[in-house]
Amino acid sequence: MQPEKFYYDNKIVRNFGIATIAWGIIGMTVGLIAAIQLFKPEMNMGNQYTTFGRIRPLHTNAVIFAFVGNAIFMGVYYSLQRLLRARMFSDLLSSIHFWGWQLIILSAVITLPLGLTSSHEYAELEWPIDIAITIIWVVFGVNMFGTIFKRRERHLYVAIWFYIATFVTIAVLHIVNSFQLPISAFKSYYLFAGVQDALVQWWYGHNAVAFFLTTPYLGMMYYFLPKMANRPVYSYKLSILHFWSLIFIYIWAGPHHLLYTSLPSWAQSLGVVFSIMLIAPSWGGMINGLLTLRGAWDKVRDDVILKFMVVGLTAYGMATFEGPMLSLKQINALGHFTDWIVAHVHVGALGWNGFLTFAILYWLIPRIYRTELYSKKLASFHFWIATLGILFYAVPMYWAGFTQGLMLKEFTPEGLLKYPNFLETTMRILPMHVMRSIGGSFYLLGAIVMAYNLCKTMLHGKLVSNEVAEAMPLEKQYVAEGETRHRFLERKPIRMMLVALVVVLIGTAIELIPTLTISSNIPTIASVKPYTPLELEGRDIYIREGCVGCHSQTVRPFRSETERYGEYSKAGEFVYDHPFLWGSKRTGPDLHREGGKYGNAWHYNHMMDPRLMSPGSIMPNYDWLITQKLNTKATADKINAMRKLGVPYPNGYEKIANAELDSQAKAIADDLNKNNIHVQSDKEIVAVIAYLQRLGTDIKVNKPANH
Amino acid sequence: MSIIYFLIGCSVLLALVFLVAFFWAQSDGQHDDMYTPSVRILLDDKPAEEIEK
Repeated sequence: MQPEKFYYDNKIVRNFGIATIAWGIIGMTVGLIAAIQLFKPEMNMGNQYTTFGRIRPLHTNAVIFAFVGNAIFMGVYYSLQRLLRARMFSDLLSSIHFWGWQLIILSAVITLPLGLTSSHEYAELEWPIDIAITIIWVVFGVNMFGTIFKRRERHLYVAIWFYIATFVTIAVLHIVNSFQLPISAFKSYYLFAGVQDALVQWWYGHNAVAFFLTTPYLGMMYYFLPKMANRPVYSYKLSILHFWSLIFIYIWAGPHHLLYTSLPSWAQSLGVVFSIMLIAPSWGGMINGLLTLRGAWDKVRDDVILKFMVVGLTAYGMATFEGPMLSLKQINALGHFTDWIVAHVHVGALGWNGFLTFAILYWLIPRIYRTELYSKKLASFHFWIATLGILFYAVPMYWAGFTQGLMLKEFTPEGLLKYPNFLETTMRILPMHVMRSIGGSFYLLGAIVMAYNLCKTMLHGKLVSNEVAEAMPLEKQYVAEGETRHRFLERKPIRMMLVALVVVLIGTAIELIPTLTISSNIPTIASVKPYTPLELEGRDIYIREGCVGCHSQTVRPFRSETERYGEYSKAGEFVYDHPFLWGSKRTGPDLHREGGKYGNAWHYNHMMDPRLMSPGSIMPNYDWLITQKLNTKATADKINAMRKLGVPYPNGYEKIANAELDSQAKAIADDLNKNNIHVQSDKEIVAVIAYLQRLGTDIKVNKPANH
Repeated sequence: MSIIYFLIGCSVLLALVFLVAFFWAQSDGQHDDMYTPSVRILLDDKPAEEIEK
């Protein structure tokens, strides 16, 4: 048999590399602007398109799907070809994948500031873009499996298993979390409501972290770290073992994002148990990475690329220990909704994803350009400034999280809340927010220096678009005579039993699903009624402005919360919430019991300039709500859509919906008029006030004695 | 809360896919050699004439 000559496609790797650098800088810059707004709200530049609520999802989408996403494709396209000794399956698919992904990101950059959002965290993009993501993801999958099928190396190195897991799981997660009913080109409602929607979202959200930010990076770590250190991974056996255990355990931990909410507590406990179990496989990966460098620590002293890897792996170890700890109920009670969570995700994002990406870029770009890195000094500067950046970011945010979490729970000896005014706790942590943005700008500066360094490197070298390589083709595999797959299974009774068990389990689940989903939308609290048309429109503005980014809508069953906000939230109150708006962060107070707390005039003035009513508030002005006219063209469609989703609006209600909307708006405008606020009833602010006044009032109607 | 059964169904299905993948890997002999692959990736597969140069 003759060895075959073939070429690795380096151009696609380079393209994804450049996209990684460019989107990384953009995503981090947007993050910095958002961070500064958290102590200086004027940094929204008086503009609705650049206000926190809208650019926060832009930041998260840009760093997760644009920066990390492109980095994954860069790393996969480079390592997959070499591990399989084959060129990518199809150059055309590679090219469609690259440009399709960039177009998706571009559409996110346009739609998110416009307020076109589905409100599901890390899945904010509206339905047409969701479909585009699905198509491009399939293109990626076909290209990857095509390459696997034509490989010249029989053994699939562990990195490839991580890539496969990434592809399969993200596909399932993305599709299930995108079950939406479109209303117009850029507006849709989620199929599920309230608690159910929350569970779907965090099943997705948690596993997106697992299979987009973790598994592909572990795969890349297993390829690039041994290459960088020029020594095999510490234990190949451990890598296989922790791969299989990681993917089997991760998928069950999602409910730890919903502790103390109205999610059934058995589901919460299930999430906690699996979260704790996750420490083992996660640390298996970290230890395997760090021990690969055993006996080579002298290399780490000199090689900045290895320094990035070591800090990246350490950050991974810290974040994967902290995650399970945060999912313990006692710790979660304090940490959830505070800056602690923000610190936690940034240790993972900046340390693990960021540093691995930087290391791979520094290692790979000079290689495909057949040259040396332009400046080792600048790379070293990047390493130190970025490490400092992480510290300056994370430490103040931990501090802020503890401070605010503890302050919100503190009672006086008389049994009253020590800090009844939420704003007081916010003002206390503003210095920490300033520090955090300094840390963030350090990190951004480092990325810019890297971009310059790599640009210079590229200009000095010349891209080897098609790198020549040679390998023997695969031989036909030897199969013992008469041996079939099933015979093989039969010889292993325990395996056979396990397969049978799983098949039975799946059958049962599939049979149960239809029966159980039908009865799912029955409200359990009779007094909970659908939103009025005006409230529904107000709710959509609430979604558009990204209010959910700073205000939760779920009161947890703690005395410190029921004293502060009111009765804790019940599952039955959310049955018409398509989508749910529980939120995951309280930069401002919870709003689930906001209805009726203040007058309409208070809300009007507070929206116009929050500092009029709450001096020192860091909420931005929403003055455009006062001038913009409410668009009621789609009201009928929205009512129809909601009815389809099981919200019991009477038949024909869509025809009178706008008339009802007008009369409710007039009543609010009249009330504002009485308070010397002259506003036309067709402005957006009226709808928002209507929605806020409705929040959480359904069950108060039933229990007036409590209030 | 029936959605939870649907999600469990999805998760179990995913787990099954991975389980099948695991059995395939096992039967294909992917796990027979737990050392060589880790060393092999360090070797670059340059064509013979280029290595001689």
